[in-house]
Amino acid sequence: MSRVNAAGEKGRLIRLAESDRAPLPFYLDGVERQAMQGDTVLTAVLLSAGGLRSAEFGLEKRAGFCLMGACQDCWMWQEDGPRIRACSTPLKAGMRLLTDPPKTWPGELP
Amino acid sequence: MTRVLIVGAGPAGIRAAAELAGAGLRPVVVDEGARAGGQIYRRPPEMFSRPAKVLYGSEAGKAGALHGLFDALLAEDRVDYLPNRTVVGLSDGVAHLVGPEIGERCTFDRLILATGAMDRVAPVPGWQAAGVYTLGAAQIALKAQGVALGRRIVLAGSGPLLTLVAAQLLKAGADVAAVLDTAPLATQMRGGLKMALARPGVTARGLMLRARLGRRFRAGVSLERIETGPSGPKALHWYDAAGRSHTTTCDTVALGWHLRAETALADLAGSAFDWSETWAQWLPRTDVEGRAADGLYLAGDGLRILGADGAELAGRVAARACLADLGLSTDPAAQSRDLKRLRKMRRFAEGVASAFPWPAQMVRDLPDETVLCRCEGVTAGELRDTVPLSGPDANRVKSLGRVGMGRCQGRYCQLAAAELISETTRLSSAEVGRLRAQPPVRPAPVAALVSDHDED
Ligand code: FES
Repeated sequence: MSRVNAAGEKGRLIRLAESDRAPLPFYLDGVERQAMQGDTVLTAVLLSAGGLRSAEFGLEKRAGFCLMGACQDCWMWQEDGPRIRACSTPLKAGMRLLTDPPKTWPGELP
Repeated sequence: MTRVLIVGAGPAGIRAAAELAGAGLRPVVVDEGARAGGQIYRRPPEMFSRPAKVLYGSEAGKAGALHGLFDALLAEDRVDYLPNRTVVGLSDGVAHLVGPEIGERCTFDRLILATGAMDRVAPVPGWQAAGVYTLGAAQIALKAQGVALGRRIVLAGSGPLLTLVAAQLLKAGADVAAVLDTAPLATQMRGGLKMALARPGVTARGLMLRARLGRRFRAGVSLERIETGPSGPKALHWYDAAGRSHTTTCDTVALGWHLRAETALADLAGSAFDWSETWAQWLPRTDVEGRAADGLYLAGDGLRILGADGAELAGRVAARACLADLGLSTDPAAQSRDLKRLRKMRRFAEGVASAFPWPAQMVRDLPDETVLCRCEGVTAGELRDTVPLSGPDANRVKSLGRVGMGRCQGRYCQLAAAELISETTRLSSAEVGRLRAQPPVRPAPVAALVSDHDED
């Protein structure tokens, strides 16, 4: 089940079960992707990409760490609207997610 | 009517809610999850279809009973359930929530905290890379989303979760390359004896799971480093019990050394803490029934890491203590029965803690360039350099060295930081002191804080 995205980057996660749910389209950095109903934002993004965003310190990407809302490693931006914690936010159809802050983003990470 | 607020809807929170509702109160339950269950009995989203037996294995019956109990309370409208919300602050009978609504708050007369536990993590060189997770994360990904966190996974650390997650991943078809336990076999056997005396059945089940791992499982290892490339881990380098060097290729590493109690809210609510040698962490101080302060009760893994069965008992016990303090009638026979069972759970849990210890020496030996704080990239060397300037107090080291200042608020680095401070100063962890929690206990969107500010 190796998927390669437009940038030639493999997804990090693989599905082992529950793969007969309804499809759910979303956008990652402007490119349309497919996920499934019930996926979190983290699951949806990491099935086709290697990271959720770039790290503030060092060169590493961030891809989450705890998946239970404790580490805050998994924040992502949207084209509009608030930043979201990817591991605990259910994906919604048509979400427009960004791995880098939008140009207009004023603030600092928490 | 008296308003009792319960934070957390895992085994302890659910049992506490049922006990209070049974006495005619209408508790408010705030839950970070979308559906009650907690971490170990976490329920996937509604549209998922795997049966309970697949999700919870031998514990399917207990999981089903708890979910059913809470669903019945909801259906009968006997609790106020506030899912998808985090309590980020507490002030004089008001809990400040972050969730779907901005600036939401909840008043209470009494507070029962059932905040559970998280992975107790030790830094391993390279662990800041994307693709390194906690063991809990690997389990949540599988259980709640049906995914593996990578194509070839190494699990490392120590504790019951290490074996459990490995067995669950293998059963689901994941490629688990190695399961590396830093606890030496002799240590595990000594602790295992205490475990078996207290709960033989549970101990035997653990051994059976372990047997399924075959030659993937190695005890008494030490972890050298995670080799990483631009897309994450490439291999884990480790030494076996005889000191031979090994390299296991992988694209994902999950780490965890048993568990650490989530105590930030207990701290804000005014609980006292003691350093526990047994659990190698700071734990809240309560009486046997979970009373931590006036009107404050603690239960479950956020108080002592007794596991899900112990959490169910502790939830009931704390709720009865709360009822008794309110002058309401409780069942004293049931209370002493549960307290007796809790003592057994505690003997078992102390066996677990000694069988799968915190890797103190491994942390003390970390090379200076190792990243200690994943959030802000502070290294072990920077911390060692800070201590002579700041002195040994953990809170001063934090403000000067920025360890524990990042987004996770020290949840994943403070034990390692304390270990290094005590290495540098030759003081004990108890003397180094505890990193105090500060609100908001989880970073809140600016809006939630602004609205607090407006009214204050
Ligand atoms: S991965 Fe830790 S908060 Fe989302």
